[in-house]
Amino acid sequence: MNRLRRTYQFLGGSWPIAFAMMVIVIFVVVGVLAPVLAPQDPNAQDLVARLQPPLSPGHVLGTDVLGRDVLSRLIYGTRVSLVVGFTAVALAGVLGVVVGLVSGYFGGWVDSVFMRVVDAWLAFPFLLMAIAIVAILGPGLKNIVIALAITGWVVYARLVRGETLSLREREFVLSARGLGASRPAIMVQHILPNILAPILVVATLELGVVIVTEASLSFLGLGADASQSSWGQTLADGRAYITQAWWLVTLPGPAIFVVVLAVNVLGDGIRDALDPRLQSRRNADTPV
Amino acid sequence: MLRFIVQRLGQTVIVLFVVSLIVFSLVHLTPGDPVDAVFSGQNVTAQQKDEYRHQLGLDKSLPQQYLAFAGGAVRGDLGTSLRSGRPVWSMIATTLPATLELVLAALVIAIVIAVPVAIVSALRQGSVWDRTGSFAALFGISMPSFWLGMMLILVFSVSLHLFPASGRLSIDTGLSQLSGLLLLDSALQGNWQAFVSGLQHLALPALTLGAAIAATLTRILRSGLLEVKDQDYVEALWARGLSFWQVLRHMMRNALPATVIVMGVRIGVLLGGAIVVETVFSWPGMGRLIVDSIRSRDYPVVQGAVLAMAVVFVLFNLATDLLHGWLDPRVKHTKVSA
Repeated sequence: MNRLRRTYQFLGGSWPIAFAMMVIVIFVVVGVLAPVLAPQDPNAQDLVARLQPPLSPGHVLGTDVLGRDVLSRLIYGTRVSLVVGFTAVALAGVLGVVVGLVSGYFGGWVDSVFMRVVDAWLAFPFLLMAIAIVAILGPGLKNIVIALAITGWVVYARLVRGETLSLREREFVLSARGLGASRPAIMVQHILPNILAPILVVATLELGVVIVTEASLSFLGLGADASQSSWGQTLADGRAYITQAWWLVTLPGPAIFVVVLAVNVLGDGIRDALDPRLQSRRNADTPV
Repeated sequence: MLRFIVQRLGQTVIVLFVVSLIVFSLVHLTPGDPVDAVFSGQNVTAQQKDEYRHQLGLDKSLPQQYLAFAGGAVRGDLGTSLRSGRPVWSMIATTLPATLELVLAALVIAIVIAVPVAIVSALRQGSVWDRTGSFAALFGISMPSFWLGMMLILVFSVSLHLFPASGRLSIDTGLSQLSGLLLLDSALQGNWQAFVSGLQHLALPALTLGAAIAATLTRILRSGLLEVKDQDYVEALWARGLSFWQVLRHMMRNALPATVIVMGVRIGVLLGGAIVVETVFSWPGMGRLIVDSIRSRDYPVVQGAVLAMAVVFVLFNLATDLLHGWLDPRVKHTKVSA
């Protein structure tokens, strides 16, 4: 837990990371308050006012081919991206951590079987597997979350398995075992708290990957249905009108880009803060 | 080295077996009957559907179906498209070279951008150059490639009319395909009009995909160079009065193995990115084949094309591992780890 506290202190001292955290908080607030903040219903069609450019009366960011307000769709898109992102990362994390803990703690044939499955999983390009799973389950946000969780768990499993392998022979684990603690208790109460920090780093960086993947799947027409305004889908809808309506393909991009950049800056920051080699380098650089 | 190669090939065979199992299960977990999906909205009797199901082997048990699928795949028979009736293998054979050409061009662009940026960033750590390079790399990995592609189309195709926005080649070039790699084919035939047209069509998709790879490659190579730049042997090389390029060669030799291995893993992201980039630029490659066949619920094509992409990825990984073994002699002397 000391490491986490140190991370928090470190994050408070770096302005790019503080800025990144602020950006993420703003996006979360926008997502939560979407019904309040959106000027219009994101699905309300107005065929008279179709393809209106930005700064048109009543439509700050213009309208799409069905006359829907682009700003409202982008605001609701925040909700879609973040809900899919956080849920998929949480599901993949839980699945991966369980597999990693069991694989690393028990070792032997259990470890061998799990790790062969992980190897095969890693033999698939991430997006290709997500596409294949969505192809089977059918489009839709729920299925995207399932696909992203099924494809993403291996990253955590590998990490947690490695960390567990190195921790299971440490004195505090051996003494817990000697005191008669059960295997699940040792894994959850003694090993897991000691590997939370690297899991947090991976989860943060994975959030960016998941948000881009959701947008990519929606862009390919395999994501949200028409009633759910996703950033990727808004961009895909605008593709056919690229010569007439530049704003449809231009505006969703910065939304995805800014939130993913913020997540990556935060992930890099946490990783650097937790890297003992960088710590010592930083301390050495600090004038005494 | 031979033992290392044999061990690595053995692992590849096991991975390919599990990959084929996953691909097979994926398609057979599909809710609903693919035959019903094919004939949806058509006036077809139950008997005709049964005959079609029998023709496709869908009435056999799952293990029998898997054996037929795996046996066929080994012989190059991946079934026939439910929609067009064409052999899946021939559809892959026409689209795979397009994807390979795109990925290879993107790799070249990525190396040309990333290597100098990473070298300058690492050697001038903390300088303005380093901060700019590192920020540009972070910028690159955060940018969705389909959006970058759209922006390039908007600027270079729609506004400036410099590059075409879609396709692989102008129709009036009269190029006969040999390998399917259009640049190679046109160069071999001396058809320079086709070569220039191919390059123009390739420029924007390759730049889109290449930018994403360049960002990752810059970060990995920079951190690899930072690891080695303060080591004693580098200090010793400087002290012996070696030129900058000679010292850099030694540093690269030690930073490259880690870079190659990480990039090998990232090839998956690259192939995934190719699927999206192909859709943006209507590039007639494997990615578009997969997306189109998913939309039309043409499962034999989905199954065959996903398997082919996964095999390409596994072979890329094998190649990077062997390259890693060649670059870093320590690898081939240690037991290959799982």
